[in-house]
Amino acid sequence: MSLIAEDIRVSYGRHEALRGVSLAARPGEVTAVVGPNGSGKSTLLGAMTATQPYRGRVLLNGADIASAKPWELAAQRAVLPQASRLAFPFSVIEVVRIGLHSGTAGDRAEVPMQALARVGLSHYAERSFHELSGGEAQRVMLARVLAQVWRPVEDGTPRWLFLDEPVSSLDIAHQLQVMEIARAFARAGGGVIAVMHDLNLTALFADRVAILAAGRRLAFGAPAEVLTDDILSRAYGCALRVSAPPPDGVPYILPHAASA
Amino acid sequence: MTAIVDSAPRTRDRLSRARALHWILAGALLLACAASLQVGATNVTLTDLLAKAMRGDALSQIERVVLLDIRLPRLAMGGLVGAALAVSGAAMQGLFRNPLADPGIVGVGAGAGLGAILAIVLGAFLPAWLLGLTGNYLTPFAAFLGGWGSTILLYRVSTRHGSTSVATMLLAGIALGALAGALSGILVYIADDRQLRDLTFWGLGSLAGASWAKVLAAGPMIALAIGAALMLGRGLNGLALGEATAAHIGIDVQRMKSVAILAVAAATGVAVAVSGGIGFIGIVVPHLLRLASGPDHRTLLLNAALLGAILLILADVIARVVVAPAELPIGIVTAVLGAPVFLWILLTRRGLVES
Repeated sequence: MSLIAEDIRVSYGRHEALRGVSLAARPGEVTAVVGPNGSGKSTLLGAMTATQPYRGRVLLNGADIASAKPWELAAQRAVLPQASRLAFPFSVIEVVRIGLHSGTAGDRAEVPMQALARVGLSHYAERSFHELSGGEAQRVMLARVLAQVWRPVEDGTPRWLFLDEPVSSLDIAHQLQVMEIARAFARAGGGVIAVMHDLNLTALFADRVAILAAGRRLAFGAPAEVLTDDILSRAYGCALRVSAPPPDGVPYILPHAASA
Repeated sequence: MTAIVDSAPRTRDRLSRARALHWILAGALLLACAASLQVGATNVTLTDLLAKAMRGDALSQIERVVLLDIRLPRLAMGGLVGAALAVSGAAMQGLFRNPLADPGIVGVGAGAGLGAILAIVLGAFLPAWLLGLTGNYLTPFAAFLGGWGSTILLYRVSTRHGSTSVATMLLAGIALGALAGALSGILVYIADDRQLRDLTFWGLGSLAGASWAKVLAAGPMIALAIGAALMLGRGLNGLALGEATAAHIGIDVQRMKSVAILAVAAATGVAVAVSGGIGFIGIVVPHLLRLASGPDHRTLLLNAALLGAILLILADVIARVVVAPAELPIGIVTAVLGAPVFLWILLTRRGLVES
């Protein structure tokens, strides 16, 4: 029961966005995917969620996603896109309910409100989604995604959350809140794959980190193993210094002098 | 309709309000039907006929003909066409993710019209056995094909990577309408006198030619299209979040889109084939309903069918009454009522076009 991506290749016309990336994520862990702009992070997430065509193989809980029906996948995993635009004036609670359909845990009447409470927005339930700020909209979308896979483990099978830059439009308090939610989902037995920009948040919350550069996997392992001066400087093409002070030794990353 | 002015919609009751609206609209539809049977060029009225029936008197021959062969088929046709136009408007808006998409505005109606004109003008050249086989269905079916082709073309042109450009959609609709109009013009040019008469009659946008034969030819296809559209509720709700998210929540997006396009084309095509150009029902009805009870397509589509039928039946009553004993083309009535609403939508929600 895990998520396995094998030798994923994606091309946009002549441009090869992914040149054979493999990844294995375990339930119970937050797996972060980091890398510079254009390194293929979101493309990899798109392939693993069957959002875009790819070559290679993706196994979700042991089944090839290429031959699974959309509703079978929807019962096993939920996907938070980078940005969401809504076509009609649905209210917040209606948006959270859109993802639900008969047969999944989130169908129970109380789940959407609980999911909204989880992201701290239950008082916004009746508001129009279009009136929300960018950050609030992003948290409502997280609530929608949470409601879809409300129980991290169902019938002994882990559920999966795919998050594409989940904190990009959030203030620092809500960045922490959202990452706490992701970690809690993983600690309860579910699996989380998150595309991340912020290396320090990644170091704080990820159990394993995949570093992509130019469509290839540069490194994959625990944060302390792969978030190093050498690997990061190679990945991002600029000088970065990693420190890991006591007491807990979580690495934090600082830009080096610009000319160094 | 008082619900429309409610300025603080609470969504928990929005769904139940939408469901209550099913029943309110169904009741209003019955009233509209009664009104439609009541008035007309002759002074036969429904109330007289009911009184007669209560007394046990037999209806006269004229009364039978007026009621059964003129007003009832016209009523049935009006209801079917109104429901078809409103539902295809709502479905198309869901599909294109924009409340301004309407088959009449973006050229699908023109494409369907081209199909219908093709069938009227070139139908005469078809072999006799084929004509015998298709019978009354030829024009509606050709209009459906015309509408289908233009919907697919429009979607291809205006949608890239799952998101629809509104500006491209509207501009492509203008081009599509112009092209269909030009081709229709060529066909009119080569048509003979009898066909011209048919074309003029058809192009007025009227229910005046309604007969049971036409109702039977158009009815099943319209009913099928409406039925298919009513199944799209959850899918169109998902599509409101974009194609990728719709797929992520378990919707077979490609199949849903194909069904939506077929249903829109069939409903619009057949409605255009039997009634000519009747505009604005498809844009006004869903818009009013979204204001009244929210955008949830699971209830919106059925309510649109009901309100569309009501509005077209009432528009037909107006068309018959205002210049009696003559008749206004019903397209004029719906345009006079509908165009200002369309402008009002643009005025109050300008962001729609820029997005």
